[in-house]
Order: sequence, then structure tokens, then C-alpha cells
Amino acid sequence: MTAERTDITATLRDNAEVAEALSRRYGAGFITDIETDSLPAGLNEDIVRALSALKEEPAWMTEWRLDAYRHWLTMPMPHWAKLKIAPIDFQAISYYAAPKNRPKSLDDVDPKLIEAYDKLGVPLHERARLAGVAVDAVFDSVSVGTTFRKELAEAGVIFCSMSEAIKEHPELVREYLGTVVPTGDNYFAALNSAVFSDGSFVFIPKGVRCPMELSTYFRINAGHTGQFERTLIIAEDGASVSYLEGCTAPMRDENQLHAAVVELVTLEKASIKYSTVQNWYPGDENGVGGIYNFVTKRGDCRGDDSKISWTQVETGSAVTWKYPSCVLRGDRSVGEFYSVALTNNMQQADTGTKMVHVGKDTRSKIISKGISAGRSSNAYRGLVKVEKGAEGARNYTQCDSLLIGKRCGAHTYPYMEVKNPSAIVEHEATTSKISDDQMFYCRSRGLDEENAVSMIVDGFCKQVFRELPMEFAVEAKKLLEVSLEGAVG
Amino acid sequence: MTMLTIENLHARVEGKAILKGLSLTVNPGEVHAIMGPNGAGKSTLGNVLAGREGFEVTEGSVTFMGQDLLAMEPEARAAAGVFLAFQYPVEIPGVNNTYFLRAAYNAQRKARGEAELDSMEFLKRVREKLKVMQLSPDLLNRAVNEGFSGGEKKRNEIFQMALLEPKLAILDETDSGLDIDALKQVAEGVNAQRDPSRAFLLITHYQRLLDYIEPDFVHVLADGRIVESGDKNLAHKLEEHGYAWVKDLGEPAGAA
Repeated sequence: MTAERTDITATLRDNAEVAEALSRRYGAGFITDIETDSLPAGLNEDIVRALSALKEEPAWMTEWRLDAYRHWLTMPMPHWAKLKIAPIDFQAISYYAAPKNRPKSLDDVDPKLIEAYDKLGVPLHERARLAGVAVDAVFDSVSVGTTFRKELAEAGVIFCSMSEAIKEHPELVREYLGTVVPTGDNYFAALNSAVFSDGSFVFIPKGVRCPMELSTYFRINAGHTGQFERTLIIAEDGASVSYLEGCTAPMRDENQLHAAVVELVTLEKASIKYSTVQNWYPGDENGVGGIYNFVTKRGDCRGDDSKISWTQVETGSAVTWKYPSCVLRGDRSVGEFYSVALTNNMQQADTGTKMVHVGKDTRSKIISKGISAGRSSNAYRGLVKVEKGAEGARNYTQCDSLLIGKRCGAHTYPYMEVKNPSAIVEHEATTSKISDDQMFYCRSRGLDEENAVSMIVDGFCKQVFRELPMEFAVEAKKLLEVSLEGAVG
Repeated sequence: MTMLTIENLHARVEGKAILKGLSLTVNPGEVHAIMGPNGAGKSTLGNVLAGREGFEVTEGSVTFMGQDLLAMEPEARAAAGVFLAFQYPVEIPGVNNTYFLRAAYNAQRKARGEAELDSMEFLKRVREKLKVMQLSPDLLNRAVNEGFSGGEKKRNEIFQMALLEPKLAILDETDSGLDIDALKQVAEGVNAQRDPSRAFLLITHYQRLLDYIEPDFVHVLADGRIVESGDKNLAHKLEEHGYAWVKDLGEPAGAA
């Protein structure tokens, strides 16, 4: 097995059908006028303590945060990704913003908040019953409500905000928090560990199949704030859960920082399916504003025969830096990564996955679909690592790029480290563009340019969309259509 | 009423003049065969009529059902009833054939201000048309043209035509690359769609297609013009003498 690295920079030649004129409509760009409590801008030990105090956290949690903060101070901002990022002034950001009048239950939630989530199509009330999905909604820094708690509790499932989990299930949080992504794992994970404000906590006990899909909706609303959520999902022996995550933010001229950490743990024969539709505000066509999305997501297949599957549809953010990964520790454990990453205008994405094979006969599969339009840059970066003891490990990677227009770029950086000779690691990569022939064929059958492009793109993403839960697949498809609006002219 | 009137059409591709004063009139219900040697401009004619970019009309006019066809976008031409069966049908990976057809069909209906069909109604139509073409239903569940054999691609084009029910169907070398059985199936599909309200332009290099689809008119295209027009016997004459004698024809003949 040879390690290989390719760098495909594809620039399009003239493509008469697909022009570069770009504009875009961002449907989730509204601002909700709601009073917020926030910490003053700036970051130091006092801010970390104040944050922890505001959240009424136990001392161990405060210390954990401070450790992370001190570690962060020693770390440089990483620059290895293929991203151009203006320096971030971490002292100009407020690390905590929460709607005033904190709700005691869902019925107390400010109607304006409910309205905000209605606009986004997130059902917070009992209407959620119709959708059959339990929802936790995180508005700026705090969770504003979790639906279906009673039903879930009957099944033994814990689904609540991270803040509550710290108070009510400290033993579980202490046992697992930071064990998949340690506080000093990387620059943004360290920052998150110091200042994370909320997030979701899921615990599926032994043998339980979660009776419904769980979903968290993240919304950044306040200006000049960062959002740092932390999600922890634990599936005990034989347990399984499907978890969905959605994200939006208002349109603002400033760049806002989002640095999340997600940790997944599967014990023996457990499985977690984690799906994301990320639609943070991408900035305007000139690259003004938009979310900086620096996310660390990692799953640990601790038990034998366990499985973690990541599916992501990334269409938002000015900058995306994200590599949902799997550590395949248990024998015969399985890791999967299905990704669609679309960049338009001035968006930049450097995204991919890491599959680390530790146990015997572990298997991983990577299907990555990158779509670049406008003047955007879209990079796939993936690592497949097979440790010495990973006898019989198998990986299959398929990495396809689609280019729309002639000023965008697609790049592929696959890294392979194989230390066990019995491993089989396969990598396939393609780069293509929407051809004039395909466009003319569609149009000659009656489809207009935009419909033709979205149909071709939809076909390109099929393998990934198939993995999404039904409602999410429909949403993802619509999202791609909106994100590509104006990408042809 | 005349369906299609092409007058003195000149067109260029990549700066090179291909059509040099082509005139042709087509009435509803007629089948016209356009024959000619390679490079005469046969496929250019089909592409210009369907509105492909890169084919620049420098002179002349095309009127379709009273409208200026050249001023219309390709999708508007499709909605108005122009259909081009491609010489090389294009693959669209991952896009389900049925889904593609329904989207196209409904886009056309919408453009004409007609109600769109839901998937049940559409499937019913598909099954009816499928029988005519003797296509295997599993083609419907595959991606558009992906992994189709040459014959399957061509039959799929005719199947699309059957479904979209155009007023003017242009078949661009639909016979090329087909064995005799596939050719017969394609011809049967076309014949089943002959109708007093529908016209066909059969663009072909060989006479053999015309053994199965009998044309009302045969035109010989050479160097960007129609140089000879006649009935089906003209095709036989071409078969006997080859295209060489076309060059000896002096003045371009008028259109039918």
C-alpha cells in the first residue's frame, strides 16, 4: 500500500451555459429582536469564571474550563488548511449571549423565539409530535427548549441541554466529556472547552433503540457574539440513535465565530447516526460577513461491533473547517462519512474526515461530494490511518468534485497511513464540471437553466442524500437549490 | 397553416460558415428526410433549430407556428413543441430517468400554462408509452442514459419523444450505430407517432432508415444548402449514385 497525495486544482475553461454572475438569497437571514443578557467582549480567566458562574456550574467544571483556557493560550492558530482567513480578534467577541427571561418550560418560551423557530421551520411545540422528531433548540448561547422529554424519559433516554446535564447527570458528563476530543486536542477545541455555553446531551442506555429521531437546531442571533456549543452523545451496549443537527444565522456584515465540539461514544454493538445540515450565513457575494465555522466532531467506536455514521450537507458559512472523524477502536467496528459540501461566491471550505482503524476487521467508508461555484474554494482533506494492530482493516474512499463556472477551485488532499500490511485501502477521485452538453440536453427537454443545474447537482449528490433521514433529504435538496440560485446566468 | 418556415438560413460554428442559405418549409403531418454527406451541415441544422449555444445564425429566419424560433430559449422551444432526438444522447449521472422525464414534462406543461401531472398520473402515461417502444421498465429506474447501450440510448430518445408529444420532432442521425433490429424498433416507435398534426425532420446519412420510415419529402443538403428535393425515390437515387453526383448539381434547388 502506498501513501498517496494528490492536489487537483481544477479551473474551468469557458463554459458558455454556466456563467459566473452570482447572487444568492439566504432565507434564514432575519434577526429576532429579543433582549439578551451577554457577557462583555473579551476573553480571560475572569470571563471563563464568570461564564461558569452564570451557568451555576460545579467547581470541577470551572476548573476543567480553566485548564482548557490555559492550554489554549499556549497554542497557535492552525494555518495548515487551505483557507484564507483574516486574523480573528478573540478579545472583540462576546462569549455568552442568552435571551432574557429564561424559560422554565417550553410554555414559557418567549413567543418571539417560537416565531423565530417557526420561520426556520423548526417545530418547538407539540406540533413537533406531528413531525415525530424531538427537538432541542439552542438560541445564541443557551438551549431554549427541548421537546418530547417525557416520552423519551419513559424509554430511559436522556435528551437535554448540556447545561442541564452538567447539573443533573454530572457523573455521566464527568465520565465522558473530553474523552473523545480532549481539551487540548486542537486550537478551536481548546477554545470551545473553555467557553462552551450550551449544546445537547444525549444518553441512550443499554439495549435501547431511541424511539424517535433527535434533533438540535442551532441559531446564532445576537451580533458580536460567538457560538460555542458542545454536544455529547453516548450509546451504551446495543443502543442506537439517529441525531439531526441544523444551523442558521442572521445576515450580518461582520464575521461571526462558531466553534463547536461534538463527541460521540458507542459501546458494544451500539450505533449512532449523526446528520448535519449546516446553513450558517455564508456572507454576501463579495465575501462580506458570514460565519467562521471551526468545528471538531469525532466519534469513538469504543465497543466491538459498534458503528458511527456521519452525514453532512454543508452549504453555509464563509469559512468551514470541519473533519467529522471516527476512531474505530472496537473490533469489527464501522465508521462512515457521507458529505456534500457546496461553496458559492467567496465561500471557503476545507472539510473531510479522519478514519482511524485501531481494532481488528474494522471498516470505514468515505463518500465526499464537493460542489464549487462562483469564486469559491472547496477542499476535501481526509486521513485514513490503519494502526499496527488493525488486522484486516478496510477502507473505501470516493471523492468527487463538481465545478460550476470557471472561477472556482476544487482540491483533494487524501492522506493515508497504513501500518498493517493486511489492510485494504481504496481511494477514487473524480473532478468534473457540468458540461454544456448536459445543460443543453436538459434545456432541450424543457428545463430552464436553474432547474437543469439543480437536477444535475442533485444527481451528483445522490449517494449522500440517500443516507439522510427523509425530511432532511428534502430540506437538503431545497437548500442546495437556494444556495445555487444565481450560480448560472 | 405552415408549421416551420426556414428562409435563407446562414449559420456559423466557431467562426466557420456551415449553413449558407438553407430554405425549407414543413407542414403538419409531413415527414421530411434531410440527407447529405458528412460536413454538409445536417447536424448543424438540428442544433440551430433546437437552440444550442455556439451555433451562430448570421442571416435568415426561422418561423415556427407563427413565432420567431431563433429568438426563443431552448426550453421555450421545447415547450412550444420542438424536440431534438440527439445523435449522442447525454448521460446525467445519479438522475433517475423517470424523475428527469417528469420534471421535463411538467416544466413544458407549466410553460404552456397547463396543469402539471402528479407522479401517479405521470407513471400511467409512462407505462402506456413504454409498451410502444418495447423498452424494459428497468430503464426507467436507471440514471438518464447512464450505462445505456447505444441502442438503448436511441430508443430512450424516441421514448422521450413519445412522452413529450412534440409538434416537430427532429431526429439527428438516430439511425447511426444501430443494428438492424434496433433500427426497426426505433422506426416502429417513430411510425407509431406519425400524426396529421405532427411533423418530422429525419436527419440521416444513410438511406436505410427510410426503408422503415417512409418520408414524404427527401432533401439533399450539400455545402450548407438544399441542392435537391424530391420524393422518396430521391433517396434511392442517392443510394445508387452516392453523394458524389450531388457535387455536380449546379444551382441549388428550391425547397419542397
